[in-house]
Formats: sequence, structure tokens, C-alpha cells
Amino acid sequence: MPHDVERPSLGPTRPGDGHPETWVVIPLFREEAAIEAVLDELRGHFTHIVCVDDGSPDASAARAEAAGATVVRHGVNLGQGAALQTGIAYALRDPEMRSVVTFDADGQHCATDASAMVDQLERDGLDVVFGSRFLDDRTELDRLRRMVLRLATLYTNTTTGMPLTDAHNGLRVLSRQAASTIRLRHDRMAHASEIVQQVGRSDLRWAEHPVEIRYTDYSRSKGQSLLNSVNILVDTLLG
Amino acid sequence: MLLIQVVLIVAVLGVGALLMRSSAGERHQAIRRLLLGLLCVLAVASILAPGVVTVVAQAFGVGRGTDLLLYGLVIAFLGALVSTYRRQRALESRLTDLTRRLALDEAEAPVVARARQDARD
Repeated sequence: MPHDVERPSLGPTRPGDGHPETWVVIPLFREEAAIEAVLDELRGHFTHIVCVDDGSPDASAARAEAAGATVVRHGVNLGQGAALQTGIAYALRDPEMRSVVTFDADGQHCATDASAMVDQLERDGLDVVFGSRFLDDRTELDRLRRMVLRLATLYTNTTTGMPLTDAHNGLRVLSRQAASTIRLRHDRMAHASEIVQQVGRSDLRWAEHPVEIRYTDYSRSKGQSLLNSVNILVDTLLG
Repeated sequence: MLLIQVVLIVAVLGVGALLMRSSAGERHQAIRRLLLGLLCVLAVASILAPGVVTVVAQAFGVGRGTDLLLYGLVIAFLGALVSTYRRQRALESRLTDLTRRLALDEAEAPVVARARQDARD
């Protein structure tokens, strides 16, 4: 494909340059109250943002569009895993894309973490950077949630052989290579383990990066109920 | 353990594994239909001549004909459950592919989006 754009040389991009070769992918479902603030925060670090609206009945898509993000719309609700895969497929259609950030729409992730993770990916020549809330003490967790997340991580580590500290974190960075290797088949929530599993089976180079998860009353009310981990487990087991 | 218990347990696991592996294949469909046919024959026989089914059951070491029928039914039910799950997954995955294709084709092309978002900054 011919293009006359001056390609920057490979290697780490300058901080604060908007990561021109990165697409931020945000699965969007019923987040009309939170999405604008999330996009505003991301704008400070990233230029290219795509929201995959997973059939939201509210104004989520319109607000994301008004805030300047590209919106890809699922005609029917499919689930977060399916929305992520659509966003990754969208980013892969851009020949200049070198990395993809997966970011949640409810405001629990920090844009500065995402930016640092892209820098790490470029600097260390990695294919995947997983966010982990257990690598520093910024994230405040209640004991039950901590226990369930630890169990989920233990399960994922045992089944995939990947020694991660936080297996169910939605903040990740994928290189173009990783984005085209990973293929999410679980439409709903089991995709987190699925990504780890596929990275484990491939020869993609990966690392973890400490991130903060902001548990606000809002994200708590929108977030996964702990009971849903049963569904994730069954989905994972039955394939 | 009675021989019949071993046979029935192996059958439960076997059917489960078979149906788990793939639901699309014609062989699996044929096996499902054969098993269903067998169950029908057993059911009809038990209605017409309960005594005969009991004789058959006792030959296998099961107490009553109705028990034998129940075991068959449990196997068939589990098999149907798994097969329904698999088929639903396959259907969902086709719906996902279709929806994704539509969503991507209708969206602003990444190159256009890139230019527009660059201009915003």
C-alpha cells in the first residue's frame, strides 16, 4: 500500500507524542456516564482511540463519537470478548498500527499506566505487556475480591503455565504481531484467560507492568459480580 | 462394582467425550441418532412388555427394567445437553463473525479515522 507519510524510525516513541502508532481499543457497553471522562483522560496520552459499542441501548456510542473517538458498532450485544476482538481487528486494518492498548470504559484504568506500558513494549521489544494490580500497592482491594482474583490467577497460571501475578486485568498492550496472533473465541468474559493461554502457547515475548485499578462506587456497581467468576470458569472449561 | 455399573459409567463418559469433541461431524450425528433409536426401542419394549425389559435388566444385573430405562435416559439427557451447548456455541460464533464483519465494514476506515483524530490534536 503506497503512502507518503514520513515513518518515524523504529524504537521508543517520545513521551507525550500521542503514541501515533498505537490504537486504544475500548469495549463499550452501557457506560454513558463514564465514557467521556475516560476519553478525556486518554486524550492526554493517545491520539487514536476506537470504541467498540457492543449494542448499548443508552447514549454511550453517541457520547464517545462526540468526544472524538471512532465508534465501531455491534448491531447486537455480543459480550466484552467479542468487542475486544472487533477492536483488535479494526486496528489491524490500519497498516501503520504497531501496538494496541485494551482499556476498560468504566474509568478503572489509568491512561498514564497505559502510556508507560506502550513505552515498555517499544523499549524492551516485547509483544505483550499485561497490567497487574498486584505489583505495587496503589490498588485498594477488599479481602474477598483479592481472594477471588488470587484464585483466578492461580487457576489461569496452572492451566496455562504462565506465571502472571494478575490474570484478569483488562489493561494490556499488544504488539502488531500479538494482535494478529491472538484470536478470541469466548464472546463474554472468559477472554482474559484466553489471551493468557494463547500468549503462553505462542512464542510472543511478554512482561507485566504495575497498574492501578481505581475501585470507585461507580466501577464497583458496574463491575463483574464475584459470582460471575463461576460462569467464567465454566465457559473456560467447556471450551 | 457390578459389571453393568462399569458399562453404564463408561457409556456416560464416552457419550460425553464424543459429543464434547465436536458436534458438527456427520458421524457424531449418526451416533446420536442410533443411541436415540436404541432408547426408543427400549422405551417401547418396556411399555409393551415390562416383564421382558426386567428380564433383560436382570440379565445385566440391574434390579428392574425401569431402572435400566432410567440409566439410558440419563445418558441420553446428558448427551443432549452437551450437544445443545456445543451447537449453541457454534451458532453464537457465526453470529459474532457476521456482526463483526458488518461493524467493521460500516465503520469509518482506520486511515480516515487516523487523519481526523490527528487533525483534532
